[in-house]
Amino acid sequence: MGKSLKELVVAPQLLTAGHRMCAGCGAPVVMRQLLAAAENPVVLGCATGCLEVATTIYPYTAWRCSFIHSAFENVAATMSGVESAYRSLKRQGRIGGEMTFIAVGGDGGTYDIGLQALSGMLERGHRVVYVCYDNGAYMNTGIQRSSATPLGADTTTTPSGRVSAGKGQARKDLLAIVAAHDIPYVAQASPSHWRDLARKARKAFQIDGPAFLNLLAPCPRGWRYDTAQTIELTRLAVQTCFWPLVEVEGGKWTITYRPKEKKPVTDFLKAQGRFRHLFTPENRHIVDRLQAEVDRYWGTLQARAAGPDDGG
Amino acid sequence: MTTTAVTTGTVNPNQRRVALTGNEAVALAMRQINPDVVAAYPITPQTDIVQYFSSFVADGRVDTEFVTVESEHSAMSATVGAVAAGARAMTATSANGLALMWEVLYIAAGSRLPIVMPVVNRALSAPLNIHCDHSDAMGARDSGWVQLWSENAQEAYDNVIQAVRVAEHPKVLLPVMVCLDGFIISHALLNLHVLEDAAVRAFVGRYRPDHTLLDPERPVTVGPLDLYDFYFEHKRQQAEAMSEARAVILQVAEDYTRLSGRRYGFFEAHRLEDADSAVVVLGSAAGTARFVVDELRRRGRKVGLLKLRVFRPFPGRELAETLARLQTVAVLDRAEGFSTAGGPLFTEVRSALYALAEDGGRGPASPGAPPLTMNFIYGLGGRDLDPGDIESVFDRLATAVETGSTRTPDTGRVGPLIEYLGVRE
Repeated sequence: MGKSLKELVVAPQLLTAGHRMCAGCGAPVVMRQLLAAAENPVVLGCATGCLEVATTIYPYTAWRCSFIHSAFENVAATMSGVESAYRSLKRQGRIGGEMTFIAVGGDGGTYDIGLQALSGMLERGHRVVYVCYDNGAYMNTGIQRSSATPLGADTTTTPSGRVSAGKGQARKDLLAIVAAHDIPYVAQASPSHWRDLARKARKAFQIDGPAFLNLLAPCPRGWRYDTAQTIELTRLAVQTCFWPLVEVEGGKWTITYRPKEKKPVTDFLKAQGRFRHLFTPENRHIVDRLQAEVDRYWGTLQARAAGPDDGG
Repeated sequence: MTTTAVTTGTVNPNQRRVALTGNEAVALAMRQINPDVVAAYPITPQTDIVQYFSSFVADGRVDTEFVTVESEHSAMSATVGAVAAGARAMTATSANGLALMWEVLYIAAGSRLPIVMPVVNRALSAPLNIHCDHSDAMGARDSGWVQLWSENAQEAYDNVIQAVRVAEHPKVLLPVMVCLDGFIISHALLNLHVLEDAAVRAFVGRYRPDHTLLDPERPVTVGPLDLYDFYFEHKRQQAEAMSEARAVILQVAEDYTRLSGRRYGFFEAHRLEDADSAVVVLGSAAGTARFVVDELRRRGRKVGLLKLRVFRPFPGRELAETLARLQTVAVLDRAEGFSTAGGPLFTEVRSALYALAEDGGRGPASPGAPPLTMNFIYGLGGRDLDPGDIESVFDRLATAVETGSTRTPDTGRVGPLIEYLGVRE
């Protein structure tokens, strides 16, 4: 079932206006696209990070649903406890009704410090939708590199300098790590392709078991671009295959959007200040490596989507 | 008197006598409490608690959702989530497991979540050691948790049941650690009296929080960002709650006495009425100390024992009043705080006595001055404390009484602030 598109756009917003997120931040956009698809009352847990600190400055809260923040690395464990309380109290007949449990972390809280708790939550099979809003660095503490930061990006812990051209490593393939837990549903989406995002969110909410959504959420401060370009940048991320739209259901990988014409990754890079240092002759090889990495991962995804039998 | 605990009162008839290890006794108390959620991770010497409780879950003897978390950090985090969701939730740990929980201990207390956690005391690494000392719980002494200490399996059992009522009292709403010595209590068999299931369930009642995450009609935000304009007030309220816990601990103990016949307070004062010298201890060492006190009393020496049960909140005033008229007090610490100013129990006790002295204290040896205090550190990493060790402490105190100071008679120099019992120097 799920909400129609018409219903989605008029759905009450669980994240209200008046929060303190930066102008142009992708996180509240993806959160609203996500939450519009929720049909049951929501309990949302949030790791320490931009979204948490900017939406719950005491004595105010921007959340119309119940919300819990505990620490940076433990949102998956915290929500495991919330969901277990729900199951216990419901089994005892002390509460009724369906509820939706969502755990939210940035890439720092998900790819890095929260990975163990996330793995535990997925393995135990809690009915929680884990949502990573991936802005590619520790933005809340001031743009430090994470394992989700792209190769070559200038961050405050991987600054470009006389002997360094930004981050030296490619992004961690978190989707594959999560999918390796054999959970019912894993997907990656972008706010530029909002129908695709809403469809994946609906699916995640309806799954009886853990689900994982990786959502691209540009950070104007960290990526250094004009705040009006947020959605355009996410579109370029998809069209260059830097951020492929995929889902994994029952172990089957599906590419949910294939660009008609795969754009060069420089189209995505050149609008962002964090890659500016790459556009010099001596750093050209970093761009080439980044393009090769994007091409390699896109190829890997196509092979996964083709499956082991006909993948050649 | 309310500050005196006696653990061998009349046994009310609603009990049976069984032989249990400390861990079995704690697991039994947990089964009788029947928490809605337990999230726990195994660690020696706590492991049995998790195993026994798992079998209760497997046999359908509890309503508990048992969350087999992947670490102690997640154990405490899941417990925080469960209690915020309106469940009664528990966990248990030891040593490095408690250390891994550290961050979330403060979150549990600061979020005012009434979690009950047995801590089976064990030495902290490094070097790796699985045996008893108090360095784990002592490290967590300022995390905002109430701490109840147990001398044996009976007290561990009784403390776990009382802890639920203390934690969930509306004036408290703080987490409670129930400490029991690893192996010495956790793995030793003791004949103890246990209550009927129904009696325990009636005693603990049901957890009914004002706000929960699972009430869609009344959404709530838990764990917000709290800056310089409110954080301080919330910490002040938390301190007030810890202060309120004092009266609640005594009230719950009184109710528990009516149920069980066993009396509990802040501490047990054993033969202190006319004593000149006393030792202050936590945990299982009290059994050895009581034995030595009784033996020395038979030889005509005026010695006594103060066994502390409640370390947080610290009953400083009551403790100081009880010790004030003594000439010498030896505080035994099973943790080395590395402060070079004495172990954690010693610094608290001496500070309490100092406050009393400021108030116009009543030490007969030197009117207006508090008793002479000495600190002995013992039993680290499971090193045995034998009666001879305690007797040597009383001998040191006797010398101090004779000379009126802790100066060593042969050199005339002030003795070391900290002495170590049973260590090879």
